[in-house]
Amino acid sequence: MNPLRQLFGGRSSSAGQYGMIIALIAIVIIFEAWTHGLTLNPTNVINVFQQYSYILILALGMVMVIIAGHIDLSVGSVAAFVGIIVAQAMSQWHWSWWEAIILGLVVGALVGAWQGFWVAYVRVPAFIVTLAGQLIFRGANQWIGSSTSVSVPSSYQVIGGGFIPDFGPNTGFSNGTLLLGLITVAALIWIEARGRAKRRKMGAEVIPLWVSIVRTGILVAITLFGTYLFAAGSAGTSFPVVAIIAGILTILYGFLTRNTIFGRQVYAVGGNANAAALSGVNIRKVNFFVMANMSVLAAIAGMVYVGYAGASGPADGTGWELDAIAAVFVGGAAVSGGIGTVAGSIVGALVMALLQNGLQLVGAESNLQQIIRGLVLLLAVAFDVYSKTQGRPSLTGRLLRGATGGRGKGNADAPADAVTPPKSIDDQSTVSLP
Amino acid sequence: MSNHTILEMRSITKEFPGVKALSEVSMTVKAGEIHAICGENGAGKSTLMKVLSGVYPYGTYSGDIVYQGEVVQFSNIKQSEEAGIVIIHQELALIPELSITENLFLGSEIGKRGVIDWTEAQIRARELLARVGLDEDPDTQIKNLGVGKQQLVEIAKALHKNVKLLILDEPTAALNETDSQHLLSLIVGLKARGVTSIMISHKLNEIEQVADDITIIRDGRTIETLDVHTGVDEDRIIRGMVGRSLESRFPDRTPHIGDVFFEVKNWTVQHPLDSSRLVCKNESFTVRRGEIVGFAGLMGAGRTELAMSLFGRSYGTWLSGQVFKDGREIKVNTVRQAIEAGIGYVSEDRKALGLNLLDSVKRSTVAADLQKISTGGVVDSLKEYDVAEQYRKLLRTKVPTVEEGVSKLSGGNQQKVVLSKWMFTDPDLLILDEPTRGIDVGAKFEIYRIIQQLADQGKGVILISSELPELLGLSDRIYTIFEGAITDEFPVAEATPETLMRSMTSVKKDALI
Repeated sequence: MNPLRQLFGGRSSSAGQYGMIIALIAIVIIFEAWTHGLTLNPTNVINVFQQYSYILILALGMVMVIIAGHIDLSVGSVAAFVGIIVAQAMSQWHWSWWEAIILGLVVGALVGAWQGFWVAYVRVPAFIVTLAGQLIFRGANQWIGSSTSVSVPSSYQVIGGGFIPDFGPNTGFSNGTLLLGLITVAALIWIEARGRAKRRKMGAEVIPLWVSIVRTGILVAITLFGTYLFAAGSAGTSFPVVAIIAGILTILYGFLTRNTIFGRQVYAVGGNANAAALSGVNIRKVNFFVMANMSVLAAIAGMVYVGYAGASGPADGTGWELDAIAAVFVGGAAVSGGIGTVAGSIVGALVMALLQNGLQLVGAESNLQQIIRGLVLLLAVAFDVYSKTQGRPSLTGRLLRGATGGRGKGNADAPADAVTPPKSIDDQSTVSLP
Repeated sequence: MSNHTILEMRSITKEFPGVKALSEVSMTVKAGEIHAICGENGAGKSTLMKVLSGVYPYGTYSGDIVYQGEVVQFSNIKQSEEAGIVIIHQELALIPELSITENLFLGSEIGKRGVIDWTEAQIRARELLARVGLDEDPDTQIKNLGVGKQQLVEIAKALHKNVKLLILDEPTAALNETDSQHLLSLIVGLKARGVTSIMISHKLNEIEQVADDITIIRDGRTIETLDVHTGVDEDRIIRGMVGRSLESRFPDRTPHIGDVFFEVKNWTVQHPLDSSRLVCKNESFTVRRGEIVGFAGLMGAGRTELAMSLFGRSYGTWLSGQVFKDGREIKVNTVRQAIEAGIGYVSEDRKALGLNLLDSVKRSTVAADLQKISTGGVVDSLKEYDVAEQYRKLLRTKVPTVEEGVSKLSGGNQQKVVLSKWMFTDPDLLILDEPTRGIDVGAKFEIYRIIQQLADQGKGVILISSELPELLGLSDRIYTIFEGAITDEFPVAEATPETLMRSMTSVKKDALI
């Protein structure tokens, strides 16, 4: 493996990841220059997280849906449906904020069970089930809320618009944020060290130390910079509560997809459902839970957004499915399923969020914003399709390989139907017969 | 017959990642003859024809193709078809939902400025159908035709393209005797009208009947070209195809066979879509510990159907029958239950059913029994790596690290990964469905050794294979299957290719059907 590939983390299937990391950096730099430093202004960064955290949360569920080979078009409507119920519960029935949140999660799970049932057990394609869901739950939102906005109490708004509390001496920064930043840095170093130790214990190839150091160094630098941005915001602001929610969910779902049996089964079903079935995977169960989980996350996204906006409205969540799906594909997932990562989708979600935010900052009209977002989605998927027809490595992967004098040649004369890359490990060397 | 040469292939060499499919293959086809190509499975026949027809474009192989006196360099099928070379593949390329007419002119529609002239198309379709002797309404949908008639539509389609050289890949494999004879006489009829045919076939009697010349290919090399008119019989062809002595192809083994531990009684399964068809008819058999039990049957006889229906009812609709292990009846209603009951199934279709090609060797190895390396639903990556490494070493899988993607491996090594996956579930009974399909000779030997080692560990092995030498070389006992029923049972010492073939192609007198 070449060092650049190692730097951006590993498996060949996540080849699309460098592409979007580069895209993310490019977007930040372009908008930073264009807005004369407004993009990386602390207030703006905090605002981006509060305003667009729903994309992050939805992307976590959507990447699993897409890995399993489905799609969910209903997330915006489901989010709005749950949002209005939660808002009603608090304003009409005077439930406390935590009772309302539990209700929201239960409603999300029920909606998910409904959609999962049709997809997994009746085998209606998810595209159709969730297209129907988009109409059904949008209608239900407007029916329950009589197409009006329902406001929520300020105690509830913390989950969307609040910050972690401040304490300790006045340092001019938010102490809570600083502490969180330091804990994150420590965790990053510990994770890298533990990963190295583990690979050594396995007897597997351990990546060069300098790669580890550079990689951790970059991550630590980004964390410290982020900490500064969140800590240095205007008085009364600090690290947003919603970013903590998104962060915890990211860690949870990253672990779920990478380290658990269920996660493996999701990849197996999307990669080759027949082979998965013959390996004893209960495909219906996997499809059911993937779809159900998506609706629970849509419920969380909806509730968080209601907190941020202070009210639940009839048009909440419109177009969210596009943002979430785009985030996942920009993050390197494959349209045909089986490929995708939580980390990639988070970066993809950041790309989508920063793109919207940046376009707003430079004063682009909303119609232009939509055109650009549409083009980004199209290009991201075209990129995926193109890299597939060219063999496994992505375009960027090939450029990087070419630059380091790697095994670039040989692809041109590969037959059209042999997708396997030119260099392979084989039986060609003679077998020593005992 | 003129002795003018229509096609000459010179020193064709074609490599796939890891396998040299063709090496220096040369052959000459005379104009107006029927030229048969014979060889074992995987000898390179189909690859050679794909090179000829431009499926593998110029530049992906080395060597020259001289067609009608000129060196040709086809970069796609379109170009070869324009030159009059049409290939009819084993899997027919017709669209089931469209009519005969629509299929005939697909890609070369009759009409002007993009508007199809259906009247003219109908007239032309009737002419073409008459030429191939197919009496069907041109408006009939393809899905309503039998395979034999579909084959004729393919040939009609080729005639429409002004075919000069017709390539038929196993044209009669899926046909019954009457349809086969009709097709063969049609090919002979085309020859009279100047169409040269190249025919790949396993059916030696048919080749003898219609071919003028026979080129024999073995292990990707041309062995010889025989002139049928000088008197060539089947034995002569077989000698050319097999060539090497059979004895050295299998590792030595002294079987240690124990008691019967696995028994299937009266297994009857219905076709999943067609409830009037039984794919397993009242089948009963036994497997002993340490025994390799072969299942011989022609394609479509119901071998895979039996294996998959036993393995968690993965195929068809179960009607009746019981499975016993160590004297007790066991339930195998789902794949999970079958795995837990100690059954493993290595599918005949490695890429479609055996592996997730997006996965690494490591993840594939543990895929069928993740519980074993997990606690509380969390996979222990250390154990996973250890297990994968252990099987890589045990089976000598050639792969730099177990984190390599399985799609990058050759067929033989992919098969070893599949075997690892099932060995890891520690089955008592391992069903191997065509375990050496598409694998080169060296890797085959290693797979044979693994199979024998599994049996010697006291496991029962069911070996399904289309290659009779393989069954005879490995099995201790062989069952024959014909049309979904077990027709006979032979200890290997009493089995010969001839006796097996007889039971594979006919119903036993006292069979319970």
